[in-house]
Amino acid sequence: MSVLVYTESENGRFKKTAFEVASYARELANQLGTSVTAVSINAENTAELASYGVDKVLAVKNDQLNEFNAKAYANALKQAAQQENAGAVVLSSSADSKYIAPILSVYLNAGYASNVVALPESTAPFQVKRTAFTNKAFNVTEITTDIKLIGLSKNSFGLRENSASATEEAFTPQLDAGSSTKVSAVDKASGKVTIADAEIVVSGGRGLKGPENWGMIEDLAETLGAATACSKPVSDLGWRPHSEHVGQTGKPVASNLYIAVGISGAIQHLAGINASKVKVVINSDPEAPFFKAADYGVVGDAFEVVPKLIEKLKEFKAQNA
Amino acid sequence: MKILVCISHVPDTTSKINFTEGDTKFDTNGVQFVINPNDEFGLTRAMWFKEKQGANVTVVNVGGPETEPTLRKALAIGADEAIRVNAEATDGAFVAKQLAKVAQDGGYDLIIAGRESIDYNGGMVPGMLATLTDANFVNTCIGLEVEGNEATAVREIDGGKETIQTSLPLVIGGQKGLVEESDLRIPNMRGIMMARKKQLTIVEPADASNETKAVKFEKPAPKGAVKLVSPDNLDELVSLLHNEAKVI
Repeated sequence: MSVLVYTESENGRFKKTAFEVASYARELANQLGTSVTAVSINAENTAELASYGVDKVLAVKNDQLNEFNAKAYANALKQAAQQENAGAVVLSSSADSKYIAPILSVYLNAGYASNVVALPESTAPFQVKRTAFTNKAFNVTEITTDIKLIGLSKNSFGLRENSASATEEAFTPQLDAGSSTKVSAVDKASGKVTIADAEIVVSGGRGLKGPENWGMIEDLAETLGAATACSKPVSDLGWRPHSEHVGQTGKPVASNLYIAVGISGAIQHLAGINASKVKVVINSDPEAPFFKAADYGVVGDAFEVVPKLIEKLKEFKAQNA
Repeated sequence: MKILVCISHVPDTTSKINFTEGDTKFDTNGVQFVINPNDEFGLTRAMWFKEKQGANVTVVNVGGPETEPTLRKALAIGADEAIRVNAEATDGAFVAKQLAKVAQDGGYDLIIAGRESIDYNGGMVPGMLATLTDANFVNTCIGLEVEGNEATAVREIDGGKETIQTSLPLVIGGQKGLVEESDLRIPNMRGIMMARKKQLTIVEPADASNETKAVKFEKPAPKGAVKLVSPDNLDELVSLLHNEAKVI
């Protein structure tokens, strides 16, 4: 028996979530009294995983997997789980991992709990806490199958250094030739922090009055190394692209810091960003519901507050550089 | 083209969430139920296929009799017929197995489900359904065109989107972007009248087991009061974020 973890990479480098799921897998393995095997797909420096407690890395190198394909990836993970006699399989909550997980669940007859936020409260029966009702509640779910499949919520566990001596083994899964789903184009801004990966997210709402006023949101984001986001009305009005819409029907946000500018805080918006650890709201209306959900608030005109805040943050960065 | 749209019956997005029976059950008292928003985008996209390219649209739900008004609403929006699998939707794997049976019996070309329901947020039914029926699958789908047997789907990825070429039979986990919010339809009187006459078939569940069970629920701890900082004293905000919150 072992704990298998899929450590995701992009262009050969591990994503930060890879280290988070590895940290989780290590402590889960400690609870279960077993070892951790990571699966990497076309990643270069697998030794990095040792710092997060991985005992063994099954390194897959296969040009057929250069382009993401959920079925092929799930197939590779299934074979790794079988070889390692995995009792639990841990994945992240990235778009790709959430695409793979239900397929893998059927392949392995493994009950799947998504959006898991903590280690199991009990391992026999196997019960984990996950978010439900779009972050308005938690749900303790029991996985009743032999193999447990866990989708770890982003930024819910954090990184825990735990050195191990990870041995790398080449792993060559048997893949089907060809696929009936093929990626023909990828449209991804390079060099821009994505909402999924960002530690800080700066978000703008209708209070900003028009798309021409987004310069200061981008400046604030750039100063903080943050991703930019927006509320639903802003995306519905076409002021900002869909990919920036956060909230119940948009993207979930689980950053360390979420700064909302000119967003009143409708219940659907709050649900989507609730998993963020610290929330700051800047709004001219002291009655805006967001103030009830925020940690820090500034009641004031965004057009005055944001440029001043950018200045103060730049001074802070200069002093702490 | 035969299209199946999977409909979850979920609490309205503005619902207050409470639990009963020792925090083991969702409290439906005073809660308004709606078509799951992610499914409603898919239903509207299905209506466009029907109107522009010709299609027969069936909606399906796994649930008790209390979910029928939600199916009737889907019929009023324009679906041709409805199927209710008469069983409590106890977990994602169980629902996926029921839907797989409906899919196999009906021989659908395209199955549109929402990427997740807004109540349990499992996000697993579309992918399981596709795998169980050996159909192609595109998750977090924000655009879909079908020509003959070929499909072009746009998938939302972290930080962007990708275009996928695939073929029918196809299952998608859909979301906003398939159509826009402003494209969603409110049933009119004629639609509501017609919906009453449309076929709603009740089928008994297939033999299938659960893989998970919801043991209990809890609500997040209440939040402390917001700390207000004067707009003339933003140094204090920077200092709080650095020293107290430790996020910058």
